[in-house]
Amino acid sequence: MSAAVLRVALGNRTLVIGLLLSLVFVGAALVSFAWVPQDVGLMNIPERMKPPSAAHPLGTDHFGRDILSMIMVGARTSIAVAVVAVVIGMGLGVPLGLAAAVRRGSLLDEVIMRGNDLVFAFPSLLIAIMITAVFGPSALNAIIAIGIFNIPVFARLTRGAALSLWTRDYVMAARVAGKGAVRISAEHILPNVTNLLIVQGTIQFSLGILAEAALSYVGLGAQPPIPSWGRMLADSQTMISIAPHMAIFPGMAILLTVLGLNLMGDGLRDLFDPRIRRDRR
Amino acid sequence: MEHVNVTRGMASMLALVAGVGMAQAKTDIVVGMQLEPPHLDPTSAAAGAIDEVLYANVFEGLTRFGPDGAVNPGLAESWEISEDGTVYTFKLREGVTFHDGSTMDAEDVKFSLDRARAADSANAQKALFAGITDVEVVDPQTVKVTLEAANGSFLFNMAWGDAVIVAPESIENIKTNPVGTGAFKFDNWVQGDRIDIVKNPDYWGEPAKLDRATFKFISDPTAAFAAVMAEDVHAFVGFPAPENLPQFDADPRFQVLIGSTEGETILSTNNKQAPFDDVRVRKALAHAIDRQAIIDGAMFGYGTPIGTHFAPHHPDYVDLTANSAYDPELAKSLLAEAGFADGFTTTLKLPPPAYARRGGEIIASQLRAVGIETEISNLEWAQWLEQVFTGKDFGLTIVSHTEPMDIGIYGNPEYYFQYDDADFQQIMTDLTAESDPAARSALMKQAQEKISADYVNGYLFQLAALRVANAKVVGLWENMPTQANDLTAVYWQE
Repeated sequence: MSAAVLRVALGNRTLVIGLLLSLVFVGAALVSFAWVPQDVGLMNIPERMKPPSAAHPLGTDHFGRDILSMIMVGARTSIAVAVVAVVIGMGLGVPLGLAAAVRRGSLLDEVIMRGNDLVFAFPSLLIAIMITAVFGPSALNAIIAIGIFNIPVFARLTRGAALSLWTRDYVMAARVAGKGAVRISAEHILPNVTNLLIVQGTIQFSLGILAEAALSYVGLGAQPPIPSWGRMLADSQTMISIAPHMAIFPGMAILLTVLGLNLMGDGLRDLFDPRIRRDRR
Repeated sequence: MEHVNVTRGMASMLALVAGVGMAQAKTDIVVGMQLEPPHLDPTSAAAGAIDEVLYANVFEGLTRFGPDGAVNPGLAESWEISEDGTVYTFKLREGVTFHDGSTMDAEDVKFSLDRARAADSANAQKALFAGITDVEVVDPQTVKVTLEAANGSFLFNMAWGDAVIVAPESIENIKTNPVGTGAFKFDNWVQGDRIDIVKNPDYWGEPAKLDRATFKFISDPTAAFAAVMAEDVHAFVGFPAPENLPQFDADPRFQVLIGSTEGETILSTNNKQAPFDDVRVRKALAHAIDRQAIIDGAMFGYGTPIGTHFAPHHPDYVDLTANSAYDPELAKSLLAEAGFADGFTTTLKLPPPAYARRGGEIIASQLRAVGIETEISNLEWAQWLEQVFTGKDFGLTIVSHTEPMDIGIYGNPEYYFQYDDADFQQIMTDLTAESDPAARSALMKQAQEKISADYVNGYLFQLAALRVANAKVVGLWENMPTQANDLTAVYWQE
């Protein structure tokens, strides 16, 4: 069974490419804990804005720091912010969605879903900017701001999927057997929406990386000296005509990571959804 | 048929374009600036942007700064100083009118000075007027100012933008409709975008060469670069991205002007906050900083290292940079001596300019090397004024003090970096009372040495005036002896 799944998975080119790209950046982030080509706190002003060379494969920035090292450590920031934001979104959104599905049409359902609509109605980046502006810019506040907007995404998805599951015969059987709503949700509903959640989680993860880059770009994400892809882009903005590599490499890092995660999300959806798989064949 | 029309239309358009090209020299200019003034009254706010738009263009004082920083006659044609140096009798120019048509006379001078020195005055530089005991109108063209004691820098003080002459008739709306005596009249202020000034046809002196000037406010460095490149602005004063200047320099369409300013850029240190109340810690800070790296890294080489709070182009400047030479080992041992062998953590609050934001990152890295950790927070100007300048809630900050000859701020223990030293305050008192040039020079040197020896702040570099202008624009000031963009002599060369 698992061998069959693996074969299908490896046959899915989207998934493989996505997975590889994502692994490169996760790997870079993990490696950076143990080793980076050059300390990112080390400034070497005379060596600033040097194009790629053997000593600095991706060149140096305006303070003479090694861009490859900055991107590796920056991956840590991006991934940490995005992971925690997804965990916040899932941790709060999924139980809310499950609860809303249990009492469909009840006051609780209405309150949860209209609350979701309310959060959806606000432009997410604007609210994120407001939160960081009020509580001060930091990686933590960026995580909270991004996380809040993940909650309704997961709540809606979970509720929609759970509603159809609640009409299934095996859920009926569980109810007849005397299981409570909480137990049914945990034992029968949740396992059946996990696939959906993983796919959505991957997509939200990539959106989280983009959001973190955007917040850092406007100076509201991780603060210096912690490297961040978005701030690397912002710093290079006025130097783009004299040192284009300073903008190209962090930009590529964001692009490839988000692309990789999206491809992975698409691939996982194909893998999990047998109907689509059959159509492909 | 339609094709013919289009062609004919294009031809006439081309003719139009060509016509513009052949026209006489332009008589208007668009000057880009990064900061917009909060309002337009130079006599009631510290914001340099107000003077940068209005000084010498719209408003004039009794005396005025020339392009070289010299104090020249302004609205006062001449003056006499009494034997003991306490009574100044100013002879005002004839036939000077404000832009609203009212006459500028001794009554206006008395009004302006009394308003500035009043107890409830909102003037940002009240110290300039502190010694005045009486302003007397002798006749419409003569004003007698009596001082408490002789003050060698009184004429200099009267040249500041904070000491310009305003009229009681127009004072009420000065913040939105400034009425002065200058060669330009205020025309229009589109908030968030631009201020227009137009030539004053009734000017008492040499009339302005331009008919119209626009100050356009562009805060984003990338947008500033694009605006100059597209020739949407004809000159940009205080260009925010020094890294772009070599590109303008290489382009024959533009000229790059690098001048001196009065801006001492310093690592301001909260002298009342532990551990900075210990002179050994401040000395360690001074030795932990590599000035040249900051000038190169933050300003791309534009700036002159300073070792005290004084402009290097001033004749009385003493080069004290050796007193705080870069020596991280010495810094570490000083910290150990003060009981901080393991270092400590402090705050570094940075206002928006590149010298502060970039310089802050470099300083944070240099301080980390000797064991001092800094928590950087980037602030907007309003927050900076509130938290740092007014609230004094900071450990370290970086700011450029652009007022001319402002070493006197060290004599004020209430000033935001809170340096409170009786000896220094005595030097300042002596300096104010002294009018003999040689003795004044000695006192100014003494003052510089005192603050350098006490390591009050980290002295980084003298800000350079970075300007880029269209190659055909002539007459901009070379240096910035005060916060001003005097456009009265500017014209287009064809």
